Amino acid sequence: MYATSYHRASSVDEAVNLRSSHDEGRYLSGGMTLIATMKQRLAAPSDLIDLRHIAALKGITVDGHTVRIGGATPHADVASSAAVRAVCPAICELAAMIGDPHVRHMGTIGGSIANNDPAADYPAAMLALAATIITDRREIPAEEFFTGLFETALEEGELVTAVSFEAPEKAGYAKFRNPASRYAITGVFVAKAAGGVRVAVTGAGSNGVFRAETIEAALAADWSPESPKAASIDPADLMSDMHASAEYRANLVRVMAKRAVIAAG
Amino acid sequence: MGMEGIGARVARKEDKRFLTGKGRYTDDMVVPGMKFAAFVRSPHAHAKINGIDIEAARAMPGVIDVLEGRQLQADGIGNLICGWMIHSKDGTPMKMGAWRPLAIDIVRYVGDAVAIVVADSAGEARDAAEAVVVDYEELPAVTSAVAALQPGAPQIHPEAPGNLIFDWQIGDPAATDAAIAQAAHVTEIEILNNRLSPNPMEPRATLGIYDAAEDHFTCYTTSQNPHVARLVMSAFYNVAPENKLRVIAPDVGGGFGSKIYIYPEEIVCLWASKKTGVPVKWTSDRTEAFLTDAHGRDHVSKVKMAFDKDHRIIGLKVDTIANLGAYMSLFSSAVPTYLYATLLSGQYDIPAIHANVRTVYTTTVPVDAYRGAGRPEATYLLERTMEVAARELGLSPAELRRKNFIRSFPHQTPVIMNYDAGDYDASLNAALAAADWDGFAARRAEAESRGMKRGIGMSCYIEACGIAPSQAVGSLGAGVGLWESAEVRVNAVGTIEVLTGSHSHGQGHETTFAQLIADRLGVPIASVNIVHGDTDKVQMGMGTYGSRSGAVGMSAIVKALDKVEMKAKKIAAHLMEADESDIVIENGDVKVAGTDKSLPWFQVALAAYTAHNLPSGMEPGLKETAFYDPSNFTFPAGCYIAEVEIDPETGKTEIVQFVAADDFGNIINPLIVEGQVHGGLAQGIGQALLEEVRYDEQNGQLLTASYMDYAMPRADDLPSFTLSHQNTPCPGNPLGIKGCGEAGAIGSPPALINAITDAIGINHLHMPATPLKVWSALQDGQMRQAAE
Ligand SMILES: Cc1cc2nc3c(=O)[nH]c(=O)nc-3n(C[C@H](O)[C@H](O)[C@H](O)COP(=O)(O)OP(=O)(O)OC[C@H]3O[C@@H](n4cnc5c(N)ncnc54)[C@H](O)[C@@H]3O)c2cc1C
Repeated sequence: MYATSYHRASSVDEAVNLRSSHDEGRYLSGGMTLIATMKQRLAAPSDLIDLRHIAALKGITVDGHTVRIGGATPHADVASSAAVRAVCPAICELAAMIGDPHVRHMGTIGGSIANNDPAADYPAAMLALAATIITDRREIPAEEFFTGLFETALEEGELVTAVSFEAPEKAGYAKFRNPASRYAITGVFVAKAAGGVRVAVTGAGSNGVFRAETIEAALAADWSPESPKAASIDPADLMSDMHASAEYRANLVRVMAKRAVIAAG
Repeated sequence: MGMEGIGARVARKEDKRFLTGKGRYTDDMVVPGMKFAAFVRSPHAHAKINGIDIEAARAMPGVIDVLEGRQLQADGIGNLICGWMIHSKDGTPMKMGAWRPLAIDIVRYVGDAVAIVVADSAGEARDAAEAVVVDYEELPAVTSAVAALQPGAPQIHPEAPGNLIFDWQIGDPAATDAAIAQAAHVTEIEILNNRLSPNPMEPRATLGIYDAAEDHFTCYTTSQNPHVARLVMSAFYNVAPENKLRVIAPDVGGGFGSKIYIYPEEIVCLWASKKTGVPVKWTSDRTEAFLTDAHGRDHVSKVKMAFDKDHRIIGLKVDTIANLGAYMSLFSSAVPTYLYATLLSGQYDIPAIHANVRTVYTTTVPVDAYRGAGRPEATYLLERTMEVAARELGLSPAELRRKNFIRSFPHQTPVIMNYDAGDYDASLNAALAAADWDGFAARRAEAESRGMKRGIGMSCYIEACGIAPSQAVGSLGAGVGLWESAEVRVNAVGTIEVLTGSHSHGQGHETTFAQLIADRLGVPIASVNIVHGDTDKVQMGMGTYGSRSGAVGMSAIVKALDKVEMKAKKIAAHLMEADESDIVIENGDVKVAGTDKSLPWFQVALAAYTAHNLPSGMEPGLKETAFYDPSNFTFPAGCYIAEVEIDPETGKTEIVQFVAADDFGNIINPLIVEGQVHGGLAQGIGQALLEEVRYDEQNGQLLTASYMDYAMPRADDLPSFTLSHQNTPCPGNPLGIKGCGEAGAIGSPPALINAITDAIGINHLHMPATPLKVWSALQDGQMRQAAE
């Protein structure tokens, strides 16, 4: 790791100000990605602005069917939230599948979506739930937030303060893990809401998380585990690497969609 | 056996230290004035070095010095060597290219060391290492052994034209070809043994200390055999004469073979300590471990197995190409030859065997022994072939094996080994019963009703442990003898220190070796200390690998104990005015048999040291040394059965049961033996399902350089194992023990692949059987069916 200066912010304003006064600075949330990258000397921020001590960024509120999760809320808190489980158990299940207990107690939802790893779990939920990403300066629909591999709509220094979404009628998540990293080789989040069926896929798309419209249409016509089977998924749009070919991922998209529907009940 | 003697399930003495984080590893060592090293490593798989500019690095904060290969060479430090000479079948010696501790003109794998930076902190050393500018001129890479043998492949060492190190054979080619020609059936198969990274929990580390006043070096290092390290560094690398070099391997957190060898870092840190005048410590990080620890396996083989009309094997022909990486590591030449091809008879009576082995340079990290070392490759090849043969012949796997088992001992195989004892039916029967093999059809039907594909497979392995009779290995090219030494030191109060040349890095010697003493003398294991891992304390030893510490190391302790007992009995006889032949040692007392005369053990020890009343002419003291040279290898054997369920939608394999029935001879501590088997099985299952080192074939970059891409087995990848032990005591050593450290890793891969191929109804599938591979195989199968 290269030398860096650590700052502990106690409010969102302070964090944003600190960040804007350090061009080469970075926000630090759970550090599960950023610290590891720094230790490998692949990132060298001059300053780290720690978000984990900002009370306003932590915690979960459920108001009717509206769920709001603070940006610095660790995965373990989401996994174990009874209030969220009561309205949208699928996102609790998803959070419980991230990494290992250490990672779940350190890693945060804000860090996860800001990082937008193409194999991360939360982006699929955000997209399928039509969530809103709330920042220090605006609200961004998930649809517009995830723009590519490790790329988001966030501007320089923009801070994710929370995410919010309306709990759907039904939702489910199924993930096929990479045998080594246990990130998603393919993860599919299905949601059935008043506005229709939304299906988002992580781990597979060559441009990051995406909506599987063919499966959405099939499930809109018939909400049944067998519906995704015949949906066409074009391997040309999918990643291919030593763990999974594009054809295999195309298969997994359908199979995980089926299992997500089963999980949704 | 007593509460703590041989056969008792004693909890490990060393676990308190390890489990409470109180182990003392090389990286824990702190000495006054100590500084930190970082190595400048090649980012290319193959490149010419046109120049190294260290000036900027030298000027960096905290930097003490930056040293390069030319200086090392000028100081007379030698190249690394391979210590086992193999001759090609045309009689020429193996073609060893130069492995310089720091590369001078050419780098040959990603990670090859080019320079060392010594600085006040590890961070500053790394910063400066990045500032060293090396002018590389890239050369083409070649990562697979088969590709490296092709005409026009990049030439890696001038000494080895066409990258061929040796072309060796064993057995009788004519008799084998004749058997194949007259066979009723020949099974042919191509076998790949995937390349593995050893991944001990503790990465390698070393601390080199030069004492100018004494002109003396001390080397702390993560070694499985500190004495061999000292011998090699002294005799071949010219670091210092043996009396001026002390090597200490303190607690070592796992080795699996990768810490047998001397690596460049030990040598360079010792030399750098003298150059800079400060003690120099280097600790590998995980990425460096993936890049530079010797890998294992990496064979490609073609097999022909010939059967007569009664399904008896009449010949076996094997053609193997083994990848040895960029340089020949210390025992690399022995692994794909004498540790591999000599086991190709397996548990079977095979009249004719011929194996040809070509070893090859590639632009990858060196390959050497890794848990099992050659025997897993032999077992996998043989047991996969047996399985396919059984399917082709329409026999059950057990039946084909039974038809061919060796049943009379000693048995001379056509490939050097002389099996001394075994009962292969016993393990097979135990495994079949434990696995409820007969109930499998019903279980498969039930799985099918859930849409799952269930399969069952077995492997009957044999391996060779207790390496090895010195004269025999010497005649085969080994540069060292493979005996072991021990010293049993009884203190004046009767407590005991056992000094051993074996080295424990997870095996539990502090417990098992103490159990032997407890068994013989009746003293509690708490009064016995095992001393190992320091060349100043233990006179000489050959270390721990090849499951040799029990069969060879403990046999040396037995010999020393015999001498101690004999002397103690003489003293006791003298003190109790009895005949020496009437003295017995029981439960910590030295008694005159058949009488109530008795002395506590400590009084005999005390008498030896007060020397007030010893038999006339007897030397004071109670301390004896022994060297034990084994008369043969030992031959652990057993039968493993794996049962799997495959999800056809994803190709994912779940191991629903795993049965291991092992014959390790007599067992000292069943708890430790079970632990060794569990660990070995985890590694074998890792090889079969998960692990594979992958290089980019174009540019030679290591693709699996972290746990993001290299899949290690985790607890939830493994089932709860069902173990049992059969016992044909080893006739060759005093304790009747064979060795258990590697069996799990040797026997399990073929059992799994046999089970998986059974489940999906195809014969050929290469390890690791990842979900991707199994799913793809299922798709191919469906396409073939559709076409038919
Ligand atoms: C062993 C391991 C296994 C893992 N497995 C999984 C898995 O299975 N599935 C999965 O989805 N993830 C997995 N992860 C990732 C982990 O869950 C975290 O979500 C991820 O590391 C990022 O979250 P963080 O809070 O640690 O962010 P950090 O590492 O602190 O930051 C990541 C990036 O986001 C930026 N950032 C952080 N917070 C904000 C914010 N509020 N606003 C704007 N920018 C911000 C940082 O500046 C940095 O660039 C794993 C991680 C590890 C180490």
